[in-house]
Amino acid sequence: MSSWPILSLVTFLPLVGALFCLVVNGPKEAVDRNCRSAALLTSLATFLVSLVLWVRFDPTKASFQFEEKLDWVPALSIGYHVGIDGISLFFVLLSTLLTPICILASWESVQVRVKEYMIAFLVLETFMVGMFCALDLALFYVFFEGVLIPMFLIIGVWGGKRRVYAAFKFFLYTLLGSVLMLLAIIAVYWQVGTTDLPTAMEKLDLPFTWQCWLWLAFFASFAVKVPMWPVHTWLPDAHVEAPTAGSVILAGVLLKMGGYGFLRFSIPLFPEASQYFAPLVFGLSIVAVIYTSLVALVQEDMKKLIAYSSVAHMGFVTIGAFIMNMQSVQGSIFQMLSHGIVSAALFLCVGVVYDRMHTREIAAYGGLVHRMPRYAFTFMFFTLASVGLPGLSGFVGEFLVLVGTFKANTWVAFLATTGIILGAAYALWLYRKIVFGELTKDSLKGILDMNRREIALFLPLVLITLWMGIYPSSFLDPMAPSVDKLIGDYQAALKLARTAALVP
Amino acid sequence: MDLAIKLIVLLPLLAAAIAGLFCRVIGDRPAQIVTCAALLIAAALSVFVFVRIGFGPESGKLFVVKLFTWIDSGTFNVDWALRVDTLTAVMLIVVTVVSSMVHVYSIGYMAEDTSIARFMAYLSLFTFFMLMLVTSDNLVQLFFGWEGVGLASYLLIGFWYDKPSANAAAMKAFIVNRIGDFGFALGIFAVWMLSGSVGFEEIFGKAPQMAQMRIQFLGMDLPALETACLLLFVGAMGKSAQLGLHTWLPDAMEGPTPVSALIHAATMVTAGVFMVCRLSPLFELAPIALMVVTIIGAATAFFAATVGLTQFDIKRVVAYSTCSQLGYMFFACGVGAYSAAMFHLMTHAFFKALLFLGSGSVINCLHHEQDMRNMGGVKEKAPQTFILMWVGTLALSGIGVPFIFGNGVGFAGFYSKDIMLESAYGVHTTVGVIAYWLGVVAAFMTAFYSTRLMFMTFYGKYRGDHHTWDHAHESPSVMLIPLYVLGIGAALSGMVAYDWFVGHDWHAFWGHAIAVKSTEEVLHHAHEVPLWVKLAPLAFAIAGILLSYYYYIVRTDMPARTVKAFPGLHALFFNKWYFDEIYDAVFVKPALAIGRVLWKKGDGAVIDGLGPDNIAARAQDMAGVLSRFQSGYLYHYAFAMLVGVAGLVTYFMLSVR
Repeated sequence: MSSWPILSLVTFLPLVGALFCLVVNGPKEAVDRNCRSAALLTSLATFLVSLVLWVRFDPTKASFQFEEKLDWVPALSIGYHVGIDGISLFFVLLSTLLTPICILASWESVQVRVKEYMIAFLVLETFMVGMFCALDLALFYVFFEGVLIPMFLIIGVWGGKRRVYAAFKFFLYTLLGSVLMLLAIIAVYWQVGTTDLPTAMEKLDLPFTWQCWLWLAFFASFAVKVPMWPVHTWLPDAHVEAPTAGSVILAGVLLKMGGYGFLRFSIPLFPEASQYFAPLVFGLSIVAVIYTSLVALVQEDMKKLIAYSSVAHMGFVTIGAFIMNMQSVQGSIFQMLSHGIVSAALFLCVGVVYDRMHTREIAAYGGLVHRMPRYAFTFMFFTLASVGLPGLSGFVGEFLVLVGTFKANTWVAFLATTGIILGAAYALWLYRKIVFGELTKDSLKGILDMNRREIALFLPLVLITLWMGIYPSSFLDPMAPSVDKLIGDYQAALKLARTAALVP
Repeated sequence: MDLAIKLIVLLPLLAAAIAGLFCRVIGDRPAQIVTCAALLIAAALSVFVFVRIGFGPESGKLFVVKLFTWIDSGTFNVDWALRVDTLTAVMLIVVTVVSSMVHVYSIGYMAEDTSIARFMAYLSLFTFFMLMLVTSDNLVQLFFGWEGVGLASYLLIGFWYDKPSANAAAMKAFIVNRIGDFGFALGIFAVWMLSGSVGFEEIFGKAPQMAQMRIQFLGMDLPALETACLLLFVGAMGKSAQLGLHTWLPDAMEGPTPVSALIHAATMVTAGVFMVCRLSPLFELAPIALMVVTIIGAATAFFAATVGLTQFDIKRVVAYSTCSQLGYMFFACGVGAYSAAMFHLMTHAFFKALLFLGSGSVINCLHHEQDMRNMGGVKEKAPQTFILMWVGTLALSGIGVPFIFGNGVGFAGFYSKDIMLESAYGVHTTVGVIAYWLGVVAAFMTAFYSTRLMFMTFYGKYRGDHHTWDHAHESPSVMLIPLYVLGIGAALSGMVAYDWFVGHDWHAFWGHAIAVKSTEEVLHHAHEVPLWVKLAPLAFAIAGILLSYYYYIVRTDMPARTVKAFPGLHALFFNKWYFDEIYDAVFVKPALAIGRVLWKKGDGAVIDGLGPDNIAARAQDMAGVLSRFQSGYLYHYAFAMLVGVAGLVTYFMLSVR
C-alpha cells in the first residue's frame, strides 16, 4: 500500500492540470475550451483516485493510514508528513467531489479570464486536500494559508459589485486568526522540537496556563473559519460577492477547515484547555444558532440567507465537537459533511437562477415552479435536507449532535434544538418566495428549466444526500475507530491531569 | 407474513416514485392507476395481516421485520425495521383503507386539476410515511415517519401553490408541527439517556427503572420518566393539533378536500394518539404526565367544539370537530383507556373521512363553494351524498339505541365515545370527572354543530347564485363508491369491533400491544359506572340535535338573535379565541423584529462597526495622517529628524540617571 504515494498523488494531481492551463496558448476561445476541459478532466481524475483511498481504507484502524514521511526542512525538523484517518478521509473526498462540480458549474457563467479561473480552482483543490492530509503543523499551516490566496482571488476577480470589500474583509478576518495560530505553532515547536503532529500529540506536555493561551491562538484562527459568532460577518459578504462556484467551495469545504482544525489540533493538543473553554464554545455556538437564524428570517438576498443559515448549521458542529462523546463528535463530523453537500447544492440552486436573471434579490422571483418544475423539485429537496428532514443527510448529523449533547448538558441541547424550528421557518419562507406563488413578473415569463449540464451537477448531490440520510453507516463506520481514539486520548489526558493536580 | 408487511409499506413508496418522477412520461391516467392499485393491494394485504394478528393463530403476537442498520454511533443504535402487532395492525387497516378510498375518490374530485399525477404521487408518498410511522420499531423511525407525514402534509396543503393563503397555511402547518417536534426530539434524547436505547422493546423493559430515576433538566431536578413523557407529549400535541398547537389544523383546510379527509382527519392527526398508545407502557408509569394529557385533551375537546359552533366554512366546521374529537382520544389515553382511544381513533377515521369526502362532494356539486351561508337545499341535487352525510353526522354525534342486543345498536361513534366517557368517569379522579363533564358538554356541542352543518347545507332554500345552482349535480360514482365504503365503516365499525377493542375479547385481541395493567383496571371500572353516566352523553347529543333543529329549521331567526344576545362570547368563539392574533403578536412579529435588529444593529453596527470596518477606517485615517508627513519638503524631514534626535537624547539622558 505504501508502494506508491497515493495521498501525494491526490494532492498534487490538480497541479498537473493547472500547469497545462498555464502553458496552453492560442486564440481565446480555444484556450478557454481547452482549459475548461483540462480542469474538469483533472479534477475528475483526482476524484477517482481519491475514491481508491476510500476503497482501500481500513475501517477498523484508528491510526493514520497511507502515511508518507519525507524531510522538508531537516534543520528545523519540519517534515512533509501526510496521512489520513477516519476523520480526514471524508473531508478529502468532499474536496475532490466538489471541485469538478464547481468547474462544471462555472462552465458557462465564467467567460472572462477562464484560464486563470481554472488554475485558481485547481490550485485551491491542491491546498484543500493537502490541508486535510497534513500531519505536520508547519505543512498544515502552509496549506491552510495557501487556501486563502486562490479564494481571495476568486472573490476579488470574478465576484460581484462589492467584491473588493468582501475579499478584503475575508482576508482581514482570516489573516488575523492565522497570525495567532502561527505564533502558537512556533510555541509548540519550541516545546517539542518538531512540528510533526503525531509526535507533538505524544510529547506535548504544557502547563495549564500555557495550554489556554495556545488554545486561544488556535481558536482565533479556526473560529473565524467555522465561522463562529461574532466573527462570522465576513461570510455573508464573501458569499454574496463570490461567484457561484466560489460560494460552493466556500460553504462546502472552507468552512469545514475550522471544525476539522478543532478536532485535529485543538482537542488532542490541548485537552485541558479544550475542556476549560468548552462552555465558551457552547455559548458562542448557541448564540450563533439562534442569532443567525433570526437574522436569516429577515434577509432580502438569497445568498445572504443561505450564508446565515450556514453559520447556524455550523453552530451544531462546534457544539458537537466540544461535547466530546461518541455521538456528538460523529454527529459533528457528519454534520460537516452533510452541510458540505447540502449547502453547496443550495448555492448551486441560487446559481441556476442567478445565471438566468442576474439578481439574487428574493423579491425579484416568485412562481418559478410554473416554468421550472425540475428546478422546483431540486430546490425543495435540498431545502428539506437543510432543515434536517429524517431520511436525508442533514438529519443524521443534527440528531447525533443533539442526542450526544443532551446527555452532557440539557441546557445546551434545549437551546440548540430551537434551531430546528427557526431553520424550518427561514428555509421554507425562502422557498415559498422564490418558487411558489403565481408567476406575475414579466422578466420571469421566459425563464427556462434546468438544462442537462445542470441536472448532471445536481444528480450526484441528490443521490449522496439520500445515501447519507438512509444508510449513513457507510460514513459513520469508517470514522468510528478514529473518533473513539480521539475521545479515549482526550479523556485519558484529562484523567492524568486530575491525578497530577491531586499530588501536592 | 414478512413479505406482506414489506409490501404494505413499500408499495405506496414505489407508486409515489413512479407517479411523481415519471409523471410527464406516463401521463395522468397511468399515474392514477398505479397509485390506486398499489393502495388497494396494500389495503387488501393489511386486512390479511389484521386478521392474522387479531384473530388468527398469531393472535396478539408481535412481528418485527428488520431491514438494515440506520444510524449506528457508539451506543446509539437505530435500525430500519417494521414492527407489527395489534396496535399497528389496527392502524394499517385505518391508513390503507381510508387512503385507498381517498385515492379513488381523488380521481373524480381532482379530475379538472392540472397536476393530477403530482397529487396522486403526494398522496401515495404520504401513505408511505404514515405506514413507516405506524410500523416503526423505535422512536427515531417513528420520528422519521412523523416528519415525513409533516412534509407530505406541507406539500398537500400547499398543493395549489398559486394561492398565497395555501402557501401560508402550508408553512404554518410545518412550523407549528416543528414546535411539537422540538419537544418530541428532546423526549427521544431523554429516553435514550435514561434507558440507553431507542428501541421500543428495550425501553419498555427499562420503564420500571426509569420511573425511579431523576433527571437534571434545564437546571431542575425532575422525575425522569414524567419529564420524558411530557416532552414526547408535546410532539403529540403538535401533530394532533391539541390546544395551544392546534392553530395549523383549521388553516390546513386550504388543501384539496381529499387531503383534509386523509391527512387532517383520519390518519396523520391521529399520530399523536397512536404515539401515546404505542408508548403506553411508559405513560402508564408517569401519572403526572397522564394528568396533563387528560387535561389538555379535555380542554381541547371543549374548546374546539365551541369554535365549531360558529364557523361558516363547511370544512372548518369539520376541522374543528376533528380537533375536538382528538381531544376526546387524548383524555381517554390520559385516564389509561388506551384501547378506548384506539377504538375511537378507528371509528373516527371512518366517519370523519366520510364527512370530509361528503363535504367535498357538496363543494364539488356547488362548484367550489365552501361557505355554508351560500348553500341550502342541496339534498335535492345530491341525494346520495345527503344520506351518507347523515350517516357520518349521526356517527359523529354518537347516536344509538342502548341496551338492546347486548351492547346496544348504534352508529360507530355511539360506542367509542361512550366508552371513553365512561372510562373517564370510571377512574374516579378529579381530572377524570372534569374530563367526563367537559366531554359530555362537548358531545352536546358536537351534535349541535354537526347537525347545524346538515341543516344549513342540505335543508331549506338555496342561498347562492343561480348559475351555480343550475349546474349543481350529484358526484360521479368514482367519488360515491368510496363514500359508501366509508359509510359502511361509519355505520357498523363500532358495533362489529366493540368486543375486540374494549369488550370481552380485548385481552386476546390486543395481546401486549398496549399497557395491559391499566387497560384492565380502566375497562373494568368503565363497565361498572352508574346508569346515568352511560346515558348522559346520548341525552346531551340528542338535546344538541333538537336544539339545532329548532335553530336552523323551526326558528331560523334564532341564530342571529342569540349572537346579538351574547356578542362577546360569539366574537370569542368566532375568532377562535384569538389564538392566531395572540401568537402573531407574541411570537411572529417579535421574532422578525429581533432578527432585523440583530442584522442591522448587531452584525452591521456593532460587529462590523467595531471590527473589520473600524480597522479599515482607522487604517485609512492612519494612512492619511502618515501621508501628510510625506510632504516632499526637505525642511519638514529635517525638522522631524531633529525632533527625533532630541527625543532620543532626552530618553537616554533620563534613563542613564
